[in-house]
Amino acid sequence: MSDAPVELIKVTIDGVEVEVPKGTLAIRAAESVGIAIPRFCDHPLLEPIGACRQCLVEVPDAGNGRGFPIPQAACTLATAPGMQIKTQATSQMARDAQVGVQELILLNHPLDCPICDKAGECPLQNQAFANGRAESRYDGVKRTYPKPLQLSPQILLDRERCVLCARCTRFSEQISGDPLIALTERGAVQQVGLFADEPYNSYFSGNVVQICPVGALTAKSYRFNSRPFDLVSTDTTCEHCAAGCQLRTDHRHFTTRRRLAGAAPEVNEEWNCDKGRFAFASGHEDRLTTPLVREDGQLRPASWPEAIAAAAAGLQAAGDSVGVLTGGRLTLENAYAYSKFARIALGTNNIDFRSRPGSDEEAGFLAHAVAGVRSGVTYAALESAKRVVLVAFEPEDEAPIVFLRLRKAVRKNKLRVLTIAPFASLGSQKLGAELVQCLPGQEVAALQKLELDADTIVLVGERAALSPDTLDQAVHLTAKAQAGLAWIPRRAGDRGAVEAGCLPNLLPGGRPVGEPAARVDMAASWGEDLPIEPGLTSDGMLEAGLAAYVAAGIEPADYASQQAVQSALGNAFVVSLENRVSPVHDFADVVLPVALIEEQSGHFLNWEHRGGFVGRVNTQAKTAMTDLRALGMLAAALGKPLGLASTSQAAAEFAALGPWEGKRAALVSPAKDSPKGLLLASWHQLLDASRALDGAPELATTARPAKALLGPKTAKKYSIDPGAEIAVIGSEGQVRLPAEISEGMVEGAVWLPAKGTPAQPYSIASLGVAPGGVVELKGGDGNE
Amino acid sequence: MTDTFTPVLTANWGQPNSWKLSAYEAAGGYKAAAKALKMQPAEVLGVVKDSNLRGRGGAGFPVGMKWSFVPQDNPNPKYLVVNGDESEPGTCKDMPLLLASPHTLIEGMIISSYAINCHTAFVYIRGEVLHVHRRVRQAVAEAYEAGWLGKDIKGSGYDLDIIVHAGAGAYICGEETALLNSLEGRRGQPRLRPPFPAVEGLYASPTVINNVESIATVPSIINHGAEWFAGMGTEKSKGFTIYSLSGHVAKPGQYEAPLGITLRELLERAGGIRAGHELKFWTPGGSSTPILTAEHLDVPLDYEGLASAGSMMGTKALQIFDETVSVVRTTLRWVEFYKHESCGKCTPCREGTWWLVQLLRDFEQGVAAEGSVDKLLDVAGIVNGKSFCALAGGACACVTSAVKHFRAEFEQGYTTPAWEVLPYEASALFAVEGGDVR
Repeated sequence: MSDAPVELIKVTIDGVEVEVPKGTLAIRAAESVGIAIPRFCDHPLLEPIGACRQCLVEVPDAGNGRGFPIPQAACTLATAPGMQIKTQATSQMARDAQVGVQELILLNHPLDCPICDKAGECPLQNQAFANGRAESRYDGVKRTYPKPLQLSPQILLDRERCVLCARCTRFSEQISGDPLIALTERGAVQQVGLFADEPYNSYFSGNVVQICPVGALTAKSYRFNSRPFDLVSTDTTCEHCAAGCQLRTDHRHFTTRRRLAGAAPEVNEEWNCDKGRFAFASGHEDRLTTPLVREDGQLRPASWPEAIAAAAAGLQAAGDSVGVLTGGRLTLENAYAYSKFARIALGTNNIDFRSRPGSDEEAGFLAHAVAGVRSGVTYAALESAKRVVLVAFEPEDEAPIVFLRLRKAVRKNKLRVLTIAPFASLGSQKLGAELVQCLPGQEVAALQKLELDADTIVLVGERAALSPDTLDQAVHLTAKAQAGLAWIPRRAGDRGAVEAGCLPNLLPGGRPVGEPAARVDMAASWGEDLPIEPGLTSDGMLEAGLAAYVAAGIEPADYASQQAVQSALGNAFVVSLENRVSPVHDFADVVLPVALIEEQSGHFLNWEHRGGFVGRVNTQAKTAMTDLRALGMLAAALGKPLGLASTSQAAAEFAALGPWEGKRAALVSPAKDSPKGLLLASWHQLLDASRALDGAPELATTARPAKALLGPKTAKKYSIDPGAEIAVIGSEGQVRLPAEISEGMVEGAVWLPAKGTPAQPYSIASLGVAPGGVVELKGGDGNE
Repeated sequence: MTDTFTPVLTANWGQPNSWKLSAYEAAGGYKAAAKALKMQPAEVLGVVKDSNLRGRGGAGFPVGMKWSFVPQDNPNPKYLVVNGDESEPGTCKDMPLLLASPHTLIEGMIISSYAINCHTAFVYIRGEVLHVHRRVRQAVAEAYEAGWLGKDIKGSGYDLDIIVHAGAGAYICGEETALLNSLEGRRGQPRLRPPFPAVEGLYASPTVINNVESIATVPSIINHGAEWFAGMGTEKSKGFTIYSLSGHVAKPGQYEAPLGITLRELLERAGGIRAGHELKFWTPGGSSTPILTAEHLDVPLDYEGLASAGSMMGTKALQIFDETVSVVRTTLRWVEFYKHESCGKCTPCREGTWWLVQLLRDFEQGVAAEGSVDKLLDVAGIVNGKSFCALAGGACACVTSAVKHFRAEFEQGYTTPAWEVLPYEASALFAVEGGDVR
């Protein structure tokens, strides 16, 4: 933020004197004293355009003693000291102008409110009633178009309803950087259109539906689905990534109909991504509703008491050869319950939220530099930074709202973005990012070459765990340069899991397992002695072949080695706490159904360590059990009650612990590993064959196609032609997909998305190789 | 012998090959450029400022003052953009000038660019007039060859490139900020001001935009001096300009005269209204300036004189209509033009011109509702002064002024088609095949 004091000026609006920062637009100044001037094109987060002319006001004195002879658009009028503004409340000139413009706006509008999705929450409808004539004097034939125009598989446009405010086109150009829709034609047939052969595929396209001030833009998934006045709204936090978007979820008859971006100026402003908007947790047919136990090799429905007894017996039999694998869907409260369950009920530190390849170095980094730390790196800090360095982090794919905020800063504050990556991704290009090219896993060398300073922020993504020494050096280098550092994980529950202690080396609140005082602190709170030995990481647990596992919200395909998952879970007693049928259930002995995110309340901590409230949308849940209540029953059956009867109790207990103020965990030295050969570069694209996209077919269609990216020399070495289907081969299997040869791709590596598209799914998990590891390539005909 | 009509700007139009560099130089061309390049840029600017030359594109803003708004401490390049998008109905001065003497403009651009420290200048020419575009390109090529453009012009150390750009045929691109958008390859729609082009214009750099005629006038001012120029015209409207006379006039065409001349004088020069007819109404500066009638024959045709008569100087396009012409029909045709040319950006213009056309059609066809003249005025009233740029205002000006002077003729539209009130054949200048002039 600039330290310069904001210059305040005095203006008078409808006789009310108000002080506003110099340059404030008249429409904003009026809002600050509670005067709403009608408007359509104006949007506080978009650049002013002055197109609709609905906000005309009288300016009897521009501050220089002279007035404007004609009404002025309040949305483009910068206030000046001493300016007098008269709105529709006090000026006949403004009233007449607004009524006139309103009549003109409705001239070609179909007034099809009875069949329009927007009716009931429509700015045009509301303002026509508030500021318009009772009846139009127009008696001609209205302009019509074939309807609707499909802008993308998800976004539809009914052109006859459009008032041409250009909010959608400005959003796509200014905010998301996907200028694939634009105004075309002119005069009365001006309309929003798109390129002949390029649909409006954007990760952020749903926002244009939300900001459309009329019913012109609709989402296919919600079109003709509900009337706004039949919906019940719940404020909540998005469960798809660590950005922490505030959302509003609307349901009718306990079925989620749509989700909207909430207004959270400090977090997602008024935007969200299409995954957060269109991919709901509810509505899947494979929802679990009763506990299941395995009998004669088959899972069969069982009562809760039977399932809990079976689970407790199996876990007891395993003794201390037991581990807890949690995934990214857990709220802070549920994560805290797992953390406590592992330590108290199972007596082990074998717990790890990283249902993905990780490293000991990363666990050390999280304990040392993340847990319990509010680094001061926030969205606002990103917006005002001079330079941001992205390390193993693709914001558009991995935290889309971070991407939007960076883009805003690039546009408005001349932020410079550097990305340490194998190539400049589409997202990086939209940030105008400078590429510091490196092979996957070798980010540290590139980072060491940069000259960091106090105006720089380094953002490390979860894949930095696979790049030896990167996290350790990020800590050292940023500390030395007094630069900012933040870890931005990919999943919504990750930051909460770190805080809750879902790590083998970490207790809640950043208390290191290896620190006796920290254990004593926790033991005092929990009234139980805690296991002393640090536990195993998720990779370690799978390799160790434990006797029993508790699995919560994990996907086997997210781990690096499917063989390790199969041999570990296949030969152990497995208790799965899950809300939908999962591949884990092939191995599960007991399945406990738990609540969907929409059926419970709680909190997610986003990457900034900011708490976001998860509101309970559906009060008619098919199962009343949250993870923490199921765990509570299980713990009680094991004779070690957790004392967590409800989410709010867990939240209160966790809050009372407070952060650890003692000695912090030390960093862990990196594994020294320099693989030789063709390296695998990969990350998850926002929209891919993830199960989160099940039930959202339109959204799934907008996923970017999967291609293997190769540099020309690498392609030549393996005799691969552009577009040819190739096989990327790892130690456990292969993935086949078309090749794209790009000058911009680093040589010596092949990049492919971690998962395919919903239409053509695959997972790099089938390779048995984590990003940064060695793979082989073969041309499509199987010849080398 | 010089008199009121002694031409300056149009003096060489009648000479053989007047558009060629050789002919232009033989007639004394490029002397002003040579002279200016020996002066300091600030001196050149001073001369233009002292001459009180006002913009010839319609608004009449002092040219020298516009140039002085260019912030010379801005590190970005400075640009001169010449507006040759002449599209206003009735206006026909820049196109003939560019056809007859393109080098006058090029010389003016050299001097003007030099004065504002610009090294890349643009001419934006209306897309439909391909022959003018070709001629200007040819002239620019000739000027490069002769060393009047390019690096180190005639050893002065001054560099200038001129880029000739063809528009795509949009009236709105004559609006200076829409022109800049179009020149940058964007949609031809006007931009918000501020920032003004002088500060943030083409490619967000300081930009001066002047009409073809304004820039073409500059060489004569440099040649003869500011005092000479200021000695012509009226107190606040100095110098000479090109008036285009069209319509029911015996000898239509371009007439160069000092500002402040009257239509009566111009008509005398042009042989009067076509034989056997009398003046009914006229536009002083194209269809966007409120129409005037025979009672305004002695209004001085300068910025102040026309303003006091309730109209505007505009582009000095004098469209002359005699007593056979239906004012309803004429107004409809004009508003149809504005509807067609509305860029669509703002509601009042986009929807208002669309509605006005429908209302006016009813008047023309004699099916307008009783009393709907007031509705017509009312609709013009909710459009006028509410739009983003001046285009819609132009559309309303012809409607309101036509009703003001000829209300009864509109009221006949409640019952009688315009072609029955005033048969269209009578106003045709020449026979139309099939006889149907509707």
